[in-house]
Amino acid sequence: MPRAKVKRTSTVTDMTAMCDVAALLLTFFILTATAKQPEPLAVQTPSSTYEFKVPAENNAILTIGQGKVFLDIAGNKVKGRTLELMGEQYGVKFTPQELERFSVISTFGVPFGDIKKFIGMSSEERMKKGTQNGIPTDSVDNQLNSWVLNARKANAEVNSVQMRVSIKADGKEEYPVIKKIIDVLQKQKVNKFLLVTNAEAKQK
Amino acid sequence: MAELNTGGKKATPRVDMTPMVDLMFLLVTFFILTTSLSTPQAMDIVKPDKEDKLPENRLELKASKTMTILLGKKDKVAWYMGEAGKSAPTIESVSQIDKAIIANRKTADASGVSGDFVVLVKPTSGSTFSNFVDIMDDLEILKVKVRQIDDENILDNEKQAMKEQGIL
Repeated sequence: MPRAKVKRTSTVTDMTAMCDVAALLLTFFILTATAKQPEPLAVQTPSSTYEFKVPAENNAILTIGQGKVFLDIAGNKVKGRTLELMGEQYGVKFTPQELERFSVISTFGVPFGDIKKFIGMSSEERMKKGTQNGIPTDSVDNQLNSWVLNARKANAEVNSVQMRVSIKADGKEEYPVIKKIIDVLQKQKVNKFLLVTNAEAKQK
Repeated sequence: MAELNTGGKKATPRVDMTPMVDLMFLLVTFFILTTSLSTPQAMDIVKPDKEDKLPENRLELKASKTMTILLGKKDKVAWYMGEAGKSAPTIESVSQIDKAIIANRKTADASGVSGDFVVLVKPTSGSTFSNFVDIMDDLEILKVKVRQIDDENILDNEKQAMKEQGIL
């Protein structure tokens, strides 16, 4: 009887399949990852053990830092509609192009008088230092109040859900600054807030 | 001219993919980690309605079951049980306050007075946002159900006590 031949297998494995899978996964993650928007105002939020995700819809985020306040409204449609309502209130007309351009801007902080100029800027110009100095909140011309009010109206129109208000403030910001903003919201009977924090491990 | 002799042997079309796979997985890992870690968390906060001053909405507080925490400068807090001015507030740092809350809750529960243990949080002008978040987080971790945020009514004797300690 002839002896059974022991087949020698080569140690080189074909990596093509593995490479394919890796490439597929990579593509998937790149596409699903939401690109980090450049922020005009960088804040270091405090951390907490709360486990509640900031809603991606029906939400307006007020960024507070260095005594300034910036606004971001979730949802492009809502944002566009908010600008339209703001225009009605202040007697400014916006072209459909301007509304469209505005609806893709994330966080902004300019007085309403400069909003047309701001929309016309390129994204690099917008991020330049000193371009955005926050939304005015003084009692004579409280534009933040109008923005939040109109955003809530717009959100109710577009999504027929109540909008939530989140506050993303710098941990080192002094409480009176936060209180001033919260007081503006409480005048509109918004008494529930979400405070944006960093995730922190629970100590047990 | 002589033709270039490549040896007659045909080169295998096989390419070593190992470094490529390594790089791919490195990138995949990077994207997995960055996407899941960057989602910010939020803390739910309810503040008392300013307009609503109806008597039926008023909450009756029991002096022996109420702890007031005043947030002051330099990451310090002042706390006292019961009514303001009756006992001198204790000064502590924000990170140590959880122990005081636990101890106070224990004595309050042992007192036999009906009602929940209530914590009033009063952030003053000297405190920072992170102090406030820390306190609210502590209350959540310690499961203090009844908590109130009051930044309007900071009493004179509270201010006085805090000034004496240099945290206002």
